[in-house]
Amino acid sequence: MNIYARRRATNFAILSLSLLATAAGLLVLFLILWSLLRHGVPALSLAFFSQSTPAPGNVGGMINAIYGSAVMTVVATLVGAPVGILTGTYLAEFSRGSHLAQVVRFINDILLSAPSIVVGLFVYEVMVVRMGHFSAWAGAASLTIIFVPVVVRTTENMLVLVPASLREAAVALGAPRWKVVVMVVYRAAVQGVLTGVILAVARVAGESAPLLFTALNNQFWSTDMNAPMANLPVVIFQFALSPYADWQLLAWGGALLITLTILGLNIFARLMASWSSFSK
Amino acid sequence: MEARSHGPAALTAVGLAPHAMRRQRLGDTLFRGLTQSFAIGVLLLLGAVIAALAAGSVTAFQKFGLGFLVSETWNPVKEVFGALPAIYGTVVTSLIAMLLAVPVAFGIAVFLTELCPRALRRPIGVLVELLAAIPSVIYGVWGLFVMAPVLQTTLQPALIDTLGNVPIVGALFSGAPYGLGILTAGLILAVMVLPFVAAVTRDVFMTVPAMLRESAYGMGATTAEVVRAIVIPHSRIGIVGGVMLGLGRALGETMAVTFVIGNNHHITASLLAPGTTISATLANEFTEAVSDTYTSSLIALGLILFVITFIVLGAANFLLWRLSAKDGA
Repeated sequence: MNIYARRRATNFAILSLSLLATAAGLLVLFLILWSLLRHGVPALSLAFFSQSTPAPGNVGGMINAIYGSAVMTVVATLVGAPVGILTGTYLAEFSRGSHLAQVVRFINDILLSAPSIVVGLFVYEVMVVRMGHFSAWAGAASLTIIFVPVVVRTTENMLVLVPASLREAAVALGAPRWKVVVMVVYRAAVQGVLTGVILAVARVAGESAPLLFTALNNQFWSTDMNAPMANLPVVIFQFALSPYADWQLLAWGGALLITLTILGLNIFARLMASWSSFSK
Repeated sequence: MEARSHGPAALTAVGLAPHAMRRQRLGDTLFRGLTQSFAIGVLLLLGAVIAALAAGSVTAFQKFGLGFLVSETWNPVKEVFGALPAIYGTVVTSLIAMLLAVPVAFGIAVFLTELCPRALRRPIGVLVELLAAIPSVIYGVWGLFVMAPVLQTTLQPALIDTLGNVPIVGALFSGAPYGLGILTAGLILAVMVLPFVAAVTRDVFMTVPAMLRESAYGMGATTAEVVRAIVIPHSRIGIVGGVMLGLGRALGETMAVTFVIGNNHHITASLLAPGTTISATLANEFTEAVSDTYTSSLIALGLILFVITFIVLGAANFLLWRLSAKDGA
């Protein structure tokens, strides 16, 4: 074999391996989705969406868990989105050359990937222990802590993409800095910022580790934010590990529901980012 | 751009009365202060997390001292606790995950940057990233009900029959095929960190200047040679950063591991045996811990985990940050 044939063969082998690697990654995604559909679809009945989690052997559904997940995610969004957007605004607009911004950026990137179970421990220490009981408020607080860094990151990235000429034009017209940010920069980057918020919603909606010691779980319908509250991820965890077939079936149903919701949110967020005027 | 250069001339130019100008400037100060205070809040949050975990673990460290870190005992009945099995499991499962995920992530990055038709790059990239969006608990359910039984009947017996008989290495693959255990957890983690490592690696590959790449192609290099001689040397730091980012994720991953690790507080040589990790121990035992010592020991485990991931993620971000600083210059 001459040197050219050997180089071509090496090239072919390496590129085939990279194709294979990509195929393997996609295959796992489809295997997971297929398992979820196969086991989860039979669980989705009217009762699934209308009744609370049952005792083993009884008919029931997940409505209390769906409600709990929705409420805690909404609270996390209402608190986390403004906090994250304002922090991101500081990093992108007001921090040129400041050491504080470097440190905040660094810490935020660590919080972004920090183990979520540690967040649960933290909220347990500062809220659950003080209050003396598990509560939906504590659950929402831990989700908020996970929510914020995602929004900080995307907000900063999106605001930086807004062309400086827009800001300069506004400043040249005599607009004060806060008006430039609120009425020009935010408007130009609104799709991008919303993308970040949606991605953060998708991230916290599936979090279970921080809820284990904060919101805990509740077998019954409860809207009391001061009491433990059921939520899909923790119910899935508990039911999937139970020995009861009907509980396991509900867990599959919940798993399907939450995965489709989160993947849907992710795809929607990405579409929205691509509509944005200043995407990369 | 300097927003505060409104002199008297600027005032008359926009026709604002001086008091209106002052109000606007006050607005600037307030808005800036507001955003800055939230930024400081993020710092305080980190401080508060560390302080709360440190305060919570005082009891455990007072009772067991630094021996807590190297003791293998985990006995809730006698209230004697040591972190070693959990630390061991955390590190070993994460290493297995990285060993498996990094080459595949590398392949995906090469595929997406060098091989994939332009029109398919984005869709395939998004599909790989969707793997990162699937919640941990879903990986757990899938790993427990779908992957573990398959491993128990195929991969694990095969490993025991082949590698299990090799001297030294054999110890890693001895014992019965439980299905659940360290190896299974490592495999699930590999799938979970794959999209992170692949995305970072792809992004740093993209930063290689087209001119370098094209020069190599112009000299007759094959794609594989361009990757080896141009792309990889140019993106070395970024790749290390991406790998460490993935490692940081793997170390702290909780729910998926909890499902498949088997929760066994003993260090066993075999990778096929059940074990535990810090996060899995917390998820399994925290709500059941009744005594102060037990709770405090678990919080101490959380502190150890946080410190380890903080160091790994800090190093990863530092490398990636240095890279983008260089890239921008």
